Amino acid sequence: MAPPKAFGKFREVQEELGRSGAAIFRDANGVESLVIRFPYSIDYIHSYAEDSPFFLGLAEGKLLGSKCTDRACGFRYATPRSHCMVCGTATAWFELPLKGRLHSWTTCHFGSEAFLKETPYNLALVEFEGVDSVLLVRLKDCVESEIYVGMPVVARFSDRPKFLVTDLWFVPDRR
Amino acid sequence: MPARPSPRSRARPSRPRAASPGSNGGRRVYMVTGGVTKFAKAHPSMDFRLMVKRAYDYAARGVPNLTKDRIDGTRISYFSDHFSRQLKAASMVQDYLGLNPKGSVRIEWGGATGGECFQAAYEAVASGRMDVCLAAGYETMSRVATWKGNEFIALASDTNFDFPLGGFYTGYYALMVIRHIYEYLRKSKFAHVRDEREAQRLAIAEGQRIMSWVSVKNHRNALHNPYAQYPKRLSVEDVLRSEMISYPLTREQICTMSDGAAVVLLCDESRAKEFTDRPVRITGVGCGTDTMRLADRPFGKVPLFPHEKASDYANLDYPGVHSFRAGRAAGLEAYRMAGITDPKGELDFIELHDAYASSEIQTYEDLGLCRYGEGYDFTLSGAPFLKGFDYGLDVPRAGEIPVNPSGGLIACGHPVGATGLMQAVFAFWQLQGTVKQHFGDGKLQIANARRGAIHSHAGTGSAVTVSILERGF
Repeated sequence: MAPPKAFGKFREVQEELGRSGAAIFRDANGVESLVIRFPYSIDYIHSYAEDSPFFLGLAEGKLLGSKCTDRACGFRYATPRSHCMVCGTATAWFELPLKGRLHSWTTCHFGSEAFLKETPYNLALVEFEGVDSVLLVRLKDCVESEIYVGMPVVARFSDRPKFLVTDLWFVPDRR
Repeated sequence: MPARPSPRSRARPSRPRAASPGSNGGRRVYMVTGGVTKFAKAHPSMDFRLMVKRAYDYAARGVPNLTKDRIDGTRISYFSDHFSRQLKAASMVQDYLGLNPKGSVRIEWGGATGGECFQAAYEAVASGRMDVCLAAGYETMSRVATWKGNEFIALASDTNFDFPLGGFYTGYYALMVIRHIYEYLRKSKFAHVRDEREAQRLAIAEGQRIMSWVSVKNHRNALHNPYAQYPKRLSVEDVLRSEMISYPLTREQICTMSDGAAVVLLCDESRAKEFTDRPVRITGVGCGTDTMRLADRPFGKVPLFPHEKASDYANLDYPGVHSFRAGRAAGLEAYRMAGITDPKGELDFIELHDAYASSEIQTYEDLGLCRYGEGYDFTLSGAPFLKGFDYGLDVPRAGEIPVNPSGGLIACGHPVGATGLMQAVFAFWQLQGTVKQHFGDGKLQIANARRGAIHSHAGTGSAVTVSILERGF
């Protein structure tokens, strides 16, 4: 008998115990184990804290990076952080260009459970002219065979923001 | 062509840490025994405590003079509380083994958890705090479905910027290897191809073919390792034809989540000689780190090994996302401590963290088995293959520096908290010359192995450990 899907990687169910959701498993040595299901879900209260302006920016169609305010350093981050990792100075927000090029990419044919229904999807690292680090994004409106390192891309924003990094994605800049 | 990072950022050096005086100053530390449970997709009849106990009992048989009262304390590793659904699970391992009230602490450092646990136990003995320290590690990953497990693992990426995009580690490694292929195959072997898309497509196909060699090797080696979960004879075509997980990585190029446990026992010199006539000395430990987000990896200079020159990498932005700076830093520290200047010539084998076939090739370069950019040719030379084995491939330099003679993570599985300790146990048996005794098959025994390295690696290269083990008899 095929194991019920909900028992995942556990095989060789010998007996399901009524409607309890539990079952007895017997291994090759005859050892019996009682297996139950234990669901848990969490409504996690997550603060973007110092990263908040980036996510608020996406909702307004703005792509915000951050740059080190120390003149001698001046490191420019495409993925913002509020303090410079090179010199430790506070950074200031600045608007990134909405156009960049692919630094690298992949097409995911699987993903974690929360994203399986979205497969296949493309991930891409985008570089921007004059910016010292890159940004990880979803790349849409193109298929695996079209994509290449160096491909020009342009930002798109959701008009119904959920305040997730997926409020932003890039598409090929075909002009 | 992609935009170049600005010259200012490229000028920023990423230097290796300076050797501190006395970094080699602790007491001599030896490994005297180890044990591993067979890693499996699921062990429903054993929880984590029993798995560790089984590995511990196996290890104890190797040191008949050891009584429990001689153990001064423990270091216990597991990666994820999500997988365990039991916080402070290490305390339950400690009490199941009956080791209270001895000192203990749980070690967690992503995929490098096992390697860090090994080094934590090393430090306990080297510092003189303990004479005998047990390192034990486990993971039970079967209790959730594979794709939920991938979600748990991906929570070890930035949950603001990375996780919500797909939450998929294979995707992150695929991003890294596409860039690695671009840097090192597109720009060399395929430099003559004018059409950019076509050139990259050809380079990726070549990269996939060469990564498949690693998969063939590790699965093939595992045919002689009874602890391995996926021993098999594969062809390059089999590997390429297996399911595409995240382009360009296929299923046979990726390790699997597993249940398993491993333990090692470390002690000082006088106890080592009391417990075994075949101790193995730990002569070097190293650890490095890098940014959690791939997107933050800078474009700087390569920290060099003695056999490399700055001019080798004049036009290379390092590490970017194509190489593991943490692995290079860990290697530099461990080799310096062990007095190794030519790793390929001075190591007899390496058990390295091949969570992906791609990261095995990237790691050849990080650990200085070849220069950056030479990893693909190094693979094709056969140097990391075992001598005298039929892989169905032409491997003229086989035996030069066998990598993952055990089959590695790809063939054994990756129960995270146990993996780095499993490598230590396999390396220990190699150096003792007892592979046949433990495997019931001596085919994987490397003749006269005197010195080996183990290498443990956390998510996207955010932390890496390297430890050097040498025959101590």
